[in-house]
Amino acid sequence: MNTMTLDAAGAEPAKPESVERKAVDTLTKVRETVGQPLCDDAKLRMRNVNVFYGEAQAIHDVSLDIGRNEVVAMIGPSGCGKSTFLRCLNRMNDTIEGCRVEGELSLDDEPIYGPRVDVVPLRARVGMVFQKPNPFPKSIYDNVAYGPKIHGIASRRAELDEIVENSLRRAGLWNEVKDRLDKPGTGLSGGQQQRLCIARAIAVSPEVILMDEPCSALDPIATARIEELIDELRENYTIAIVTHSMQQAARVSQRTAYFHLGHLVEVNDTETVFTNPQHELTEAYITGRFG
Amino acid sequence: MTDSTQTNLTQQQVRERIEQRLASRHRKEKLFRGLGIASIAFGVLAVVVLFTDIIGKGSGAFVQSAIELRVHYDQQVLGIDEVDDESLAWANFTGVIRESLRERFPEVSGRGEKRELYSLVSTGAPFTLRDRLRANPELLGKTETLWLAADDDVDTFVKSLSDTEEGFRGRTSEQKAGWIQQLLGSGEMKKRFNSTFFTNGDSREPEQAGIRAALMGSLFTLLVTLALSFPIGVAAAIYLEEYAPKNRWTDLIEVNINNLAAVPSIVFGLLGLAIFINFFELPRSAPLVGGLVLTLMTLPTIIISSRAALKAVPPSIREAAMGMGASRMQVVFHHVLPLAMPGMLTGAIIGMAQALGETAPLLMIGMVAFIVDVPGGVTDPATVLPVQIFLWADSPERAFVERTSAAIMVLLSFLIVMNTSAVLLRKKLERRW
Repeated sequence: MNTMTLDAAGAEPAKPESVERKAVDTLTKVRETVGQPLCDDAKLRMRNVNVFYGEAQAIHDVSLDIGRNEVVAMIGPSGCGKSTFLRCLNRMNDTIEGCRVEGELSLDDEPIYGPRVDVVPLRARVGMVFQKPNPFPKSIYDNVAYGPKIHGIASRRAELDEIVENSLRRAGLWNEVKDRLDKPGTGLSGGQQQRLCIARAIAVSPEVILMDEPCSALDPIATARIEELIDELRENYTIAIVTHSMQQAARVSQRTAYFHLGHLVEVNDTETVFTNPQHELTEAYITGRFG
Repeated sequence: MTDSTQTNLTQQQVRERIEQRLASRHRKEKLFRGLGIASIAFGVLAVVVLFTDIIGKGSGAFVQSAIELRVHYDQQVLGIDEVDDESLAWANFTGVIRESLRERFPEVSGRGEKRELYSLVSTGAPFTLRDRLRANPELLGKTETLWLAADDDVDTFVKSLSDTEEGFRGRTSEQKAGWIQQLLGSGEMKKRFNSTFFTNGDSREPEQAGIRAALMGSLFTLLVTLALSFPIGVAAAIYLEEYAPKNRWTDLIEVNINNLAAVPSIVFGLLGLAIFINFFELPRSAPLVGGLVLTLMTLPTIIISSRAALKAVPPSIREAAMGMGASRMQVVFHHVLPLAMPGMLTGAIIGMAQALGETAPLLMIGMVAFIVDVPGGVTDPATVLPVQIFLWADSPERAFVERTSAAIMVLLSFLIVMNTSAVLLRKKLERRW
């Protein structure tokens, strides 16, 4: 007994450290992304993207395509830049002081960054769902109707009602809230709030939906509900999802991108990534040797 | 096992040591709690003493001794034939009152005694008669029974009778005191509600002095202050918090706003005197200038509290709105401002309460003048409540002591109402997320 515990205690701290060091070594040697980062029918194209927070570089030379009606999962250890990368796609990084984005990013071959690009219509085309459910402190109806209202999508009240109902139906929330549309959205449960946020995002008919760890604040049942929803939404939308859960990435995505310390290490079919990873860092991560 | 390499204590020893310290830890806990309760008790005691003192001194001002007299509106004594504005201005109402007093005390003779007798009634009483006659012209030549305000010396004496047997006579002669006792005994002199205090402006005669002018002055001044400082303060806070880049210039601005909040208010008064009155030649003693000066004074308070309210809005709300494609202005006006409004309003009300109690800067711009007329607008000469208190506290007549306290009561009640409404408003508008 005694010797065993001593052994374990002695061996444990050393192991991840060596993997980490090895990982950095490998990175300095191999800067090319392994797998298939590009695709033919790309909705979003990113080429040689670098992101800086002041002096510090958060994203190093990432090139990636996200195909039409495809779900791409982005995985990687904390602080690897996957959220930063996601937030470049609808320019949410603009609001962060000192954040600078370099490289070519385009949506349907139209540039995302550039002096003449207006972020308002861009964000209407690229919707976003955040980590923590963040409904407005307004009624359920007003939450969903907000986007159509500010963009002037609905011309009549009846049309707006229809948009709200359709969005809530698509988000699988209609039956639960149809009798209390005037009640505050903040009064719903966590999972319902997150589906409300998805309904709010799809109410303006975006082409792309970005999801930043949408289930990390939810219980397993609510998570399963959202995952089903993502699968249904794939028919009409292109989805990029950041997640900490590898099972989730495996369940919902067609392709998976593995980020490590700001580098895009490997992109492949989800199945390939999880069954036959080509890069040793990916393998180390998905087998749980560090994270 | 690994613990043993760091220390040689057994679990038993560790537990003993913890228990040894326990008693002193509990003692300190109790002491700290006791200190907290003691300081709150001290604060409450101070407030109770202050309030009982002020209410004890000031409550007397809300009643005023009055004398019941049979008044004959004699055309001959008045020296008028008909009631119109010109004749009313000339009419000898003093004579009418003296006539009534002589009628009531027929035994009084000699100039000195008569003068004593006449001084029973307030020198403002003739104006009461004039107003009565103007309102009811048919009274000319007729007789009616009226309650007329007593002189302040008489009033002070009557009120002091309830404290001591002798009463405070002061300038009142023994003979006069006898008349007063006689009137009190027959019920012809009574303490009645002092409505004059709420309807009149300032006066050299305490029984005619009221807070109406100061109250209206305060109201106009605060209206100007609120109308200017709230929009300017909120706009500045929104710009600094939501739009301005964080660089050396905005840091400098922020430091200076905090500095402004700490500048002694009299300095703002000097600034107002130099700029608004001397340079822009705005009228002296006017609520307009007072409001401008107080705006300068309250702006930092409002900006700081508004910025704090904006900061308290969770960033997730901003992100949500921005992620929907709302423009910056839409984010601010649809989401951030409604959530920050309770905090901003609270800050504004507290700033206004501060402004209501401010005296020093207003002295510099001439709002300390002796102003009898109730102001009707922001450019009329006026004074404000705290300055009125200052003026009355300076007056030698004893009757002004209770009026000073009464004015403090009015000021304090306004402050309490404002602060309570700030708390209630915040509770009512506060939204949770």
